[in-house]
Amino acid sequence: MRRRIVELFATFFRIGLFTFGGGYAMISLIEDEVGRRRGWIGADELTEVFAIAESTPGPIAINCATYVGYRQAGLAGGVAATLGVVLPSFIIIYVISLCLERFMALTVVANAFRGIQVAVAFLVLRAGVRLIKRLPRRAVNVVACALSAAAVMAVNLFDWRFSTVWLIVCGALLGLALYGGGDRA
Amino acid sequence: MTLLKLFLSFFKIGLFTFGGGYGMIPLIQQEALAQGWLDAETLYRYIGISESTPGPIAVNMATFVGASRAGLAGSLCATVGVVLPSFVIILLIAAVMKSFRENRFVKAALLGIKPVVAGMIAATGLCIALRCTIVNLGALKGMSVDFRQLGIAAALGLFALVWTKTLKRPFSPILTILVSAALGALIYGV
Repeated sequence: MRRRIVELFATFFRIGLFTFGGGYAMISLIEDEVGRRRGWIGADELTEVFAIAESTPGPIAINCATYVGYRQAGLAGGVAATLGVVLPSFIIIYVISLCLERFMALTVVANAFRGIQVAVAFLVLRAGVRLIKRLPRRAVNVVACALSAAAVMAVNLFDWRFSTVWLIVCGALLGLALYGGGDRA
Repeated sequence: MTLLKLFLSFFKIGLFTFGGGYGMIPLIQQEALAQGWLDAETLYRYIGISESTPGPIAVNMATFVGASRAGLAGSLCATVGVVLPSFVIILLIAAVMKSFRENRFVKAALLGIKPVVAGMIAATGLCIALRCTIVNLGALKGMSVDFRQLGIAAALGLFALVWTKTLKRPFSPILTILVSAALGALIYGV
């Protein structure tokens, strides 16, 4: 049991260390490490794990780690896997935060980061457009998407005092009202 | 007090993040700007670094903001805060609610959340684009276009197009950031 817990920690540490670009990039690495190489979880259950991770709040990598860890070795396994996937990020970012200010004093670095702003805009916009493309084409979706986008723009550009968390709550309530009856869902 | 506030804010962010790391960017942007934790430029710098270092973006951002507010203790509080909701919810599902995904109400709520999150992320991307190309956005006087940023955007778009069309390879986040960093150093450097 103790060996399994150490193994879980080490595996998810490696997954946390070698995935760039967020949770979705992690999925293929998790498939490889947890599914094919170790056979901890079968392909069918793994698909289910990813579906659960997508439909619960929070970072997808964390959701996957907690689930796989728990199924392998109970609560201790869940803790070990989650800690493993978080730790590389935590250490790397903490170290960067210590020297970022000194680094930013270099003109060439400051200039590079001005360019990076454009990349950030591009990446976030691309992620949003991809999600919009995957939506089923229904009038309700178009309206909900447009309204939430308008609200976020207002909050951002005109300093509206309105928490965007409420948008998600409204979306959930709208979904319950529209599809909760069970007939049309 | 700062530590508790960091923990609670990131707990809230973790609890309401749907659709992966990008889903948290609208929330974190609002929280960070509303609480006066960081200015927009620092926030985008953090996002850029989080995208180009390994690990989940949400954890990277929490560690970053936490460290900038209250050092090691701050980054610990923020990171534990952002991870905890996921951890507890997944444990509950794995242990007792195996039929979670088949639940009618869960499915219905998720169908409603999806278009909202998509709209939020796209609008946030648009706001970041506006903020980095227009100087003093929102001010009546002194608003001006930053043509160098527009130049970087055009060059990046062209590069992405050539990369995906001729090499048939995906234009990954890390490549996007490396190319734009080089463009920034070049265009602002001369």
